[in-house]
Amino acid sequence: MADVQRETQCDQPLLVAEGLSKSYGRLAACRDVSFTLYPGEVLAIVGESGSGKTTLLQMLSAQLASSAGHVSYRMRDGVLRDLNSLGEAERRFLFRTDWGYVRQDPAQGLRMAFSAGANVGERLMAVGWSHYGRIRDAASSWLERVEIDTARIDDAPRTYSGGMRQRLQIARNLVTEPRLVFMDEPTGGLDVSVQARLLDLMRNLVSELGLAAIVVTHDLAVARLLSHRVMVMKGGEVIETGLTDQVLDDPHEPYTQLLVSSILPP
Amino acid sequence: MSVMIEMTGAEKTFTMHLQGGVRLPVVRGVTFQVKAGECVVLSGPSGAGKSSILKMIFGNYRCDGGRIGIRHEGAMIDLANAEPRDILSVRRATIGYVSQFLRAIPRVPTIDVVAEPLIVTGTSRADARQRAGHLLRRLNIPERLWTLPPSTFSGGEQQRVNIARGFISDHPVLLLDEPTASLDAANREVVVDLIDEKKCAGVAIVAIVHDDEIRRWIADRVVDVTAFAAAA
Repeated sequence: MADVQRETQCDQPLLVAEGLSKSYGRLAACRDVSFTLYPGEVLAIVGESGSGKTTLLQMLSAQLASSAGHVSYRMRDGVLRDLNSLGEAERRFLFRTDWGYVRQDPAQGLRMAFSAGANVGERLMAVGWSHYGRIRDAASSWLERVEIDTARIDDAPRTYSGGMRQRLQIARNLVTEPRLVFMDEPTGGLDVSVQARLLDLMRNLVSELGLAAIVVTHDLAVARLLSHRVMVMKGGEVIETGLTDQVLDDPHEPYTQLLVSSILPP
Repeated sequence: MSVMIEMTGAEKTFTMHLQGGVRLPVVRGVTFQVKAGECVVLSGPSGAGKSSILKMIFGNYRCDGGRIGIRHEGAMIDLANAEPRDILSVRRATIGYVSQFLRAIPRVPTIDVVAEPLIVTGTSRADARQRAGHLLRRLNIPERLWTLPPSTFSGGEQQRVNIARGFISDHPVLLLDEPTASLDAANREVVVDLIDEKKCAGVAIVAIVHDDEIRRWIADRVVDVTAFAAAA
């Protein structure tokens, strides 16, 4: 019987958004957004500046309170919980361990004056690691994974290039083996060649670690390379959603057609 | 043999909003079946909708009406009305697609481009690379190129990399969009052999080929797409 299949962990949603809205006075920054994200799934949120992408990401990651609607997340014990109902300890667990948040500007996601090793190790210490040697080993193995020369482990990210900083930020986020990573324009502001390297790295890490991710980007090429599904936003609303290649190759909405047709061929 | 693909009255229309909402009907009433081990070749002039039909089966183009039945893990699933995650699962396990052009992923070495479909379904990297190397060798891609990304390769080389990537999995359904278009005679024969091997292994194939000789070699049946022309 196909329909009485036992539900496995993978068949259960990791994050559910229902009717999420945010308004500032009369301005609706984000209106009635609902979707379901499954483990291992990468969702891209695309749209132009001011379309509500970042507002949505901040609500999803419990950094901004919604005006209406709610977000539920499946905690590691398998129970789906409303983010508003979490206690302080549970929220901290999400922020420090089970979630990653990669910011467009690595200076905001890193401690610029601390060493690279300390940047990666800090998240481990926050979850109770105390053995210096083990923390350093974990940090150095993560630097290798994101293709940073381990000889630079004691240097502060201030001395790193933009691409290296962004890779360090990714290592810092992934070291605690999160199940969900939020990314806000992760390749914004980088040279094209640096972008390609970062995208390839992220693609591999996401598939190797089975990570779920929600990626905000205005770059459709990033969405195509990284995501399985895409949501197109305009004026605070989701106007089109579907499989990434479906939406990009066969866009239905006028605005999505405009976005897709506005890409300059290389 | 069991039916692997069953299209019934499938249709597709593009609405071009940037051109004042012009409606462009592509195909209508697309109805045919493909059994396991069978190769169906779609025929018809350029613009008749052959590639669109392949893209509808792959779930790349959304279907505006009708049914696209695919046998997936023992049961028929209607791709025309499936959830995105079901379509992804069908692509992982059931449908392979060789497009006309390789969509190169920056920086990824050729051998990994080819091995990737196996790796994502759980084959170890070493085994996947070994099978990728075997296919690349058969398709006459010299070993010294395997560690380079294919973006700088010639058109024919890129197409062969694309074919290797499409043929490496054991998908029971395979869609081929002009797989031999820019190949020389020797490589065309390799591709015909690969297609024959897939048919022997029970794979259901839908192909578009313009070369009459190749069509005679591989086709068990020809479906004339002009029968599905959608009058405006």
